[in-house]
Amino acid sequence: MRFSAFSLLRNAFTGHEEWPPFWRFPEPKPSYDVIVIGGGGHGLATAYYLAKEHGIRNVAVLERGWLGGGNTGRNTTIVRSNYLWDESAAIYEHALQLFETLSEELNLNVMLSQRGVLNLAHTPGDVREAVRRVHANRLNGIDAEWLDAKQVKDFCPIVNISPDVRYPVLGATLQRRAGVARHDAVAWGYARAADALGVDIIQGCEVTGFDIAGGRVRGVQTSKGTIGAGRVGIVAAGHNSVLAAMAGVRLPLQSHPLQALVSEPVKPVHNCVVMSNAVHVYVSQSDKGELVMGAGIDGYNSYAQRGSFHVIEHQMAACLELFPIFSRLRMMRSWGGIVDVCPDASPIIGALPVQDLYINGGWGTGGFKATPGSGHVFAWTLAKGEAHPLAKPFALERFTTGALIDEHGAAAVAH
Amino acid sequence: MLLIRCPWCGPRDETEFRCGGEAHVARPPDPQALDDAAWAEYVFIRSNPKGWFRERWVHAAGCRRWFNAERHTVTHEIRRTYSKE
Amino acid sequence: MTAFRLPDGGRIDRSQKLRFHFDGRPLEGYQGDTLASALLANDVFLVGRSFKYHRPRGVMSAGAEETNALVAVGEGGRLDTNSRATMVELYDGLVAQSLNRWPSLGFDVSAINGWLAPFLVAGFYYKTFMWPRRLWQSLYEPAIRRDLLVVGGGRSGLREALAAARTGARVVLCDEQSESPATTSTELSALPNAVVLARTTVFGYYDDNFLCAVESDARRQRRLWHFRAKRVVLATGAHERPLVFGGNDRPGVMLASAVDTYLRRYAVAPGKRVVVFTNNDGGHQRAKTFRELGIEVAAVIDSREGPVITRTLGGRRVEAVEVGGARIACDLVAMAGGWSPVVHLYSQAQGKLRWDEKKLCFVPDTCRQRVRVVGRANGEFPDHGIEPLWEVNADKAFVDFQSDVVARDVHLAAQEGFASVEHFKRYTTTGMSTDQGKTSNINALAILAGATGRSIAETGTTTFRPPYTPVAYGVLAGRDLGDFLEPIRVTPIHDWHAAHGAVFENVGQWKRPWYYGPQMHAAVQREAKAARTALGVLDASTLGKIDIQGRDAGRFLDRVYTGTFSNLAVGKARYGLMCREDGMIFDDGVTTRLAENHFHMTTTTGGAARVLDWLEEYLQTEWPELEVYCTTVTEQWATVAVAGPKARELMAEIAPGLEDLAFMTYREGRVAGLDARVFRISFTGELSYEINVPGDQGLALWQAVIDAGTKHGIAPYGTETMHLLRAEKGFIIVGQETDGTVTPYDLGLDWAVAKQKDFVGRRSLTRPDTRRADRKQLVGLLPADPREVLPEGAQLTEVDVALPRGHGSRPVPMVGHVTSSYMSPNLGRSFALALVRSGRSRIGTELYVPLEGRAAKVRLAAPVFIK
Repeated sequence: MRFSAFSLLRNAFTGHEEWPPFWRFPEPKPSYDVIVIGGGGHGLATAYYLAKEHGIRNVAVLERGWLGGGNTGRNTTIVRSNYLWDESAAIYEHALQLFETLSEELNLNVMLSQRGVLNLAHTPGDVREAVRRVHANRLNGIDAEWLDAKQVKDFCPIVNISPDVRYPVLGATLQRRAGVARHDAVAWGYARAADALGVDIIQGCEVTGFDIAGGRVRGVQTSKGTIGAGRVGIVAAGHNSVLAAMAGVRLPLQSHPLQALVSEPVKPVHNCVVMSNAVHVYVSQSDKGELVMGAGIDGYNSYAQRGSFHVIEHQMAACLELFPIFSRLRMMRSWGGIVDVCPDASPIIGALPVQDLYINGGWGTGGFKATPGSGHVFAWTLAKGEAHPLAKPFALERFTTGALIDEHGAAAVAH
Repeated sequence: MLLIRCPWCGPRDETEFRCGGEAHVARPPDPQALDDAAWAEYVFIRSNPKGWFRERWVHAAGCRRWFNAERHTVTHEIRRTYSKE
Repeated sequence: MTAFRLPDGGRIDRSQKLRFHFDGRPLEGYQGDTLASALLANDVFLVGRSFKYHRPRGVMSAGAEETNALVAVGEGGRLDTNSRATMVELYDGLVAQSLNRWPSLGFDVSAINGWLAPFLVAGFYYKTFMWPRRLWQSLYEPAIRRDLLVVGGGRSGLREALAAARTGARVVLCDEQSESPATTSTELSALPNAVVLARTTVFGYYDDNFLCAVESDARRQRRLWHFRAKRVVLATGAHERPLVFGGNDRPGVMLASAVDTYLRRYAVAPGKRVVVFTNNDGGHQRAKTFRELGIEVAAVIDSREGPVITRTLGGRRVEAVEVGGARIACDLVAMAGGWSPVVHLYSQAQGKLRWDEKKLCFVPDTCRQRVRVVGRANGEFPDHGIEPLWEVNADKAFVDFQSDVVARDVHLAAQEGFASVEHFKRYTTTGMSTDQGKTSNINALAILAGATGRSIAETGTTTFRPPYTPVAYGVLAGRDLGDFLEPIRVTPIHDWHAAHGAVFENVGQWKRPWYYGPQMHAAVQREAKAARTALGVLDASTLGKIDIQGRDAGRFLDRVYTGTFSNLAVGKARYGLMCREDGMIFDDGVTTRLAENHFHMTTTTGGAARVLDWLEEYLQTEWPELEVYCTTVTEQWATVAVAGPKARELMAEIAPGLEDLAFMTYREGRVAGLDARVFRISFTGELSYEINVPGDQGLALWQAVIDAGTKHGIAPYGTETMHLLRAEKGFIIVGQETDGTVTPYDLGLDWAVAKQKDFVGRRSLTRPDTRRADRKQLVGLLPADPREVLPEGAQLTEVDVALPRGHGSRPVPMVGHVTSSYMSPNLGRSFALALVRSGRSRIGTELYVPLEGRAAKVRLAAPVFIK
C-alpha cells in the first residue's frame, strides 16, 4: 500500500483495519542467490538495492534478533558527509545524497531534517584541522563553512561561547545539508521495500557457521537449518568478528560499547546538531523533544549492550560546559550499542579470503549516516563480484599495503 | 564501572585503569623477516571473541604496572588477573 | 468540593502549615505532604495535559511510577521541569506550575537563557565519590559479607538491613521516600554501622555491584552517590497496575493503592464516592478500607464476576462510570489491576526475569551479580485469585498515558508486523516517556501477546535501562565543570606571564603564553624580530621531560627512537623521532646523555604523558629483560630557553664559563646563582640555550634572565613566535606537520632514521604504500603575493580555481595542504610549510591554493627559509 495523507485518512474512517503488515515473516528457502547476514540498516539496504538495482530478488536477510535492533536503532541519528579524505567524503556524500530522496524512494517518511551540523573547534590546532576539512569538503563538492565563535552563537544560540570556559569555542565547521533522520524509519523503510521486492527477511535466525568447500562459501548454518547461498555478505556490525571467525577469517576489528542517552522531552530549544571532538559531545533534539546525546566509547572490548557509568558522567560534564542551560534537564534513558572499530576509523568493504564471502563492516561509531550509501555500494559489490569504485579504497588489503584512510582526524599533539 | 583486581594493589575502580587490548601478542623478534601480510597481522589484527578474553590492563592511576586479565566480553566478569602466564 | 482532608489521622504534622503556590494560586498544606497530596487536599485534580491529544490528566499514583502529574517546581535557575508531583515534598514557599502542554518546559528559549546566571554561581550540586569514611575503609575488607546495600526501606528492606547490621556488617539503606519504616526505625538509627539515606533513589545498577543514587533534601538540593557493594538487597516493592478501559485517563481515576496511601498516609480523601474496578480480591480489601475511612463505595466492579467498566463519563473530572449499559455516579475510580514487582534495578544488573502465571507478573529469576531480591519486589504477595483482564474493548482505553497510546494502537502495531516487543515499543512509543513504562509495560505486553497469539512469556519484555527515574544532568556532572572539567597545569612562571599581558593557549592541559598581547600579529612580529636580531626568551617548562636510567637505557632508546642513542657520548644531545608500529610519527624531542646509564629525554608538551605510558608499556610488556627506569620530571624542572645573537653575551654574564658550550652539548653549572642544567640546543635555529633549574626556582631564573637581558633588548616570546621561528628553519611540529599519516621520510628526516637496527615502526616503513614515490612530502611554499598569509589547513591544487560554493560541484583533485603559515618579519614576506604529493620533485613549480572567490598562486621551495 502506498502511504499518503489520503491513505491515512481513508484508514482513519475504516478503523485502520486495512493497514497491511510492513513485512512478511517467511521461513527460509533451501537456498538463495545472496544471503545477507545482519538485518540492520546496512544489511536491509544492501538487500533492497540488490533487488531493486541489480534484479537479484532471491535474497535472504538473516537477523539473529529483530530487524533494526542493533546499532541502527541505538545511534544518535546524525547524518553528514563532511569527512576529510577523498575516499571517505565520496562514500558518505553518496549516502547523504541517497538520504535526500530516501523518503520518496522507500515511500516512508524517514524524517530527514537537514538542520545543520556544527563541529566545534576549541584550540588553534582544532581550527587548523577544521579549515583543512572545510577546504577539502568544498573542493570535493560537499557544502561546508567555517564559522567564527560569534557566527556559531548566531547559528546555535544556546551554545556557550564565553572565553572563560576551560576550552572556549573558537569556531566551528558547519555543514548545512547535514542533520538527523529517524533511525527506526530507515530500517523499517528498507525492510518494507525489500520485502515488497521479494526479499525474505528472516528474523530470529542466528548464523552458527558457514558451509565452505574448495575455498568458497556454499551456504550458512543457522538456528533454522542450513541455507544454501551463491554469495554471502556479512553486515553484522559489532558481531562481524564473530561471524568472520566462523569462516576462519581474522579481521582488524575490535568491538566496544558505545553509549547514548536521551533527556526528558522539552519544547524545541536546540535547532541543530552540535558535535565537539575535543570536549567530546554530540547533541541534537528529537522531534519528540528529547535531547539525544552520544558518549565516548568504553575502552574495553564488549558484546554487552551496556557501558560504564563514568563515561556518562564525563559526557554530562562536557555537555554542560557547552550548554549550561541543560543543567536541570534530566537523563531519561541510556543504552549502549556494540560498535566494531577499525584501526583507521574507516570501514572495511569488500571480499574476504574465502571466495564469494564478503564483508561490510568496521563502521565504528559512525555507521548510521552511511546506511544508504553503504548498502548501495555493497549491493553492487555482491552483485558483480567486484568492489564498487567507491568501495575499492576500503578493501581489507589496505592493512597489508599500509594505504589506510585515517579518519581519526589529526592526532591531538602539540609542541 | 568495572571492579578490577590489580595483582599489586587489589580491587580498584575501572577509572584507575586503562585497557590495552588482547594479551599474549608478542612483538616479533625480527620484524624485517616478516612479509607484509604477517607484519600487518601483528600490527592490526587482534582477536575479538565473544566470551572469555585474555587482555592487558595497566593500573594507570595507581602502581602503573601492566597485567593481564581474563574477562568475559558479554558478562564483563573478570575471573582472574595475573602478572605472568 | 469533592476531595478533602480527613479530620484526623495520617502521618502529616498538622501543627506545621506550609504555604505554596500552584499555577499562581496560593494554597496550604502540611509538613509531611507531597505536592500531590496537598493538591488533592485542595481539590486540585487537573494537573496536566497529555502530549498527543491534549487530554486533561490528574494524579494517578502516589509514588515514583506517576505518569500524569508532571509539574514544574521552583523558579529561575532552580526550576525543575517534569517533576512528579507525587515525589515532590511540600515545603513552605514552594512554587509549582502545571505543564500546560506536555511535554513542556512551560517557557521559551529566551527564558531558559536566564538560567545561565544563577546556575553558574550556584554550586549547590556536588557529588561524592566516597562513602562515609568508615564505610569506605570497610569496602575492601576481606569479610565480604560485611558490606551490604539495601535498596528500599519498607518492611522487607528494614528487616534485611537490621539482620545484617546486628551482626556488625556495615550497611547502607536507601529509600526514595522522605519517610519509610527504615527512617523511623529507632533500632536501625541506633546502630553506628548502619546508614539510612532517605529521599535517595537508586537509579542505576551496573557491573560488579556498582550502583548510583541521587539523594535529595526536602528542598530538592541533590547529590550523587556511587556505591560499590559486596552484596545488594533489592527491596523495591511493587507497582500496582492500572486497568485498560474507556476513559481510564480521566482525572479522578487512580490506582487503588494510591487512594489508600492518600487516605492513610496523608489523610486526604481524593473523592467522596468511589467505584473500585478490579480483577482480583485485592480490590475488595481496598473497598473495605475505604469504607472504614469514611469514603462511600458506590460499587466494586470485579471483572471475574460480571460486566466491566466500559467507559468513564465526565469533563475534567470523572462523574460516573458505565457498566453493562448502566451508569454509576462517582467522583473517584480506584483501579486494582494486579501488581508488578519493581524489577528495574534487578534487570539492569543483568538479572533474568520469569513470568509468574499465577500472580500475572514478572518476578526475578537468576542473576550473576551478588544480589538478592526480597519482599514484594520478589513477587512475595498473595495472588488474590487474580484473573487476566488486560483490556476492555473500548475507545480511548489508554495503555501508556503519557504517550497517549491506546489499546487499539497496540492491535494496529501487531497487525502491521511490529510483533517483536522492541519493534512494538518503538512503533507506538509505549514505555518511552518520562515514566519509562512503569505502569504501562505489562499491560501493553499482554495486549500485544494476545494480538499476536503468543503467551506473555513468549512475547518477552523489553530491557529495563538506567536510570530508574530521570536524573538531572547537573547532578551527574557534579562539580566537574569549568576549571574542574580538566586539570589546569601552569608553569612556575605563569603569574609573570599573566602580569605581562600574555594571552594563553591551551596545549593539552597546559596554559602556555601564546603571545604577549594585546594584538597577535603585532606581538609576533615584535617577538620574532627580537629573537632573530637580539634576544628572545621562552618559557619551555611545559616540554615533557623523562628521566631514563639503567644499565640498558641506551639499548632501550635505540628501540624506541628511529635514530641511534646508544652511541651518544656523555654530555651530548641528539634529536629523536618516535613512530608507532604503523610507521607513523607520533612524537619527537631531544635526548641528552647525562651519564653512561642516564638520559634526559624531552617530548612534546601534549605528548609527554602519552610517551611515558608508551615507554612503560614496551618496557614492561615486550622487553622486561631490559633494566631501565623511566620517571617523569616535567614539573621537577623549569625550563627557560634564551635564543638570539645576544644569547652568548647574556650567558657570559649570568653563567660565566657556560657561554662557550658547544652546539648539542650539555653541562651542569650555576646560572644566576642557581644550580642548573644547561643544554645548547635550539628549536629556533638561533644561538640558543635551554636552562633547566628546579621547578621552584623557575621564576627566579626567568627574572634574572629578563633583568640581565633588558640591555640587550630581550623580549619574551610565546608559542606563536616559537612556531614562526622554527618554521623559518623548516623544523616540524608533531601534530601540525604530522597527522598520524606521516612517516619520517615524508618529512625528509631520513637522517634521523638509522638504517642498521630495528626500532618500533621500522618494518612498516617498507610496506608498499609507505614506499610510494608519490607520497605527500614536506615542502616550503612562497605565495606569489608576499603579503598573502595562507590559511593553515588550506588545500593545494594544480588548477587555478576558487573554493566551490554550495554542493554538487565536480571534485577538484587536491595534491596537499598547508600545515603552517606565517608572515615573517625576518624574511620580510609570508611563507608556509605544506605536505604535497611528490612534493620534493615539484620544488620550483607552482600550485594554487583555492580561497573564497579566487586562488592564491604559490611557488614550492625547500622547507628551509633561513639557513
